[in-house]
Amino acid sequence: MNIYFFYLIISILAISIALGLYRLVKGPSVSDRAVALDALTNVTTALLVLIAVLSARFIYLDVALVYAILAFIGVVAIARYLEGGL
Amino acid sequence: MIEELLDYIGMFFVLIGSLFFLFGTIGLVRMPDLYNRMQASTKTTTLGVLSFLVGIGLMELSWLIKLLIIAFFVVLTAPIGASALARASYKHGIKLWKKSVVDKYKEGKND
Repeated sequence: MNIYFFYLIISILAISIALGLYRLVKGPSVSDRAVALDALTNVTTALLVLIAVLSARFIYLDVALVYAILAFIGVVAIARYLEGGL
Repeated sequence: MIEELLDYIGMFFVLIGSLFFLFGTIGLVRMPDLYNRMQASTKTTTLGVLSFLVGIGLMELSWLIKLLIIAFFVVLTAPIGASALARASYKHGIKLWKKSVVDKYKEGKND
């Protein structure tokens, strides 16, 4: 495994997170922020898996799995709240 | 030999996945209204997670099963969350962009 390749990947993910955070801060409505949070969640899941590879710990994959589950529940809870069902 | 080949294929998949993340978040910043942003970001980041996790799994072959479980879960749940969010924000009263030409949800309600 080439370490410079991982530097490249981490740079691309950092730029993605910065763009998502821009929309998360600026977004005119609540739904814009929720969509930005959804995209950021996917990027963060990939980043957690990348951290698991770089530190060579199999157990860190559980963190990514639980993070994905909780993020899904969060988005659905925001949607139900906007719809007026919560 | 075969290990090295799988390593390079995995690197290719990881690069494709992270570029999908980059394009999805660029769409999130550049698109004009909520529904276009959702269209741009949700699909691309879902495909990005899939490609990224498969690439990592080809690099570390013993992790492949668990990574496929995570990828399956993300691919299963991301469209559900996005659909619920789009429907809820339509009912919440968020308008379409003024240059949008078709509103199937409203047409369906008039029938």
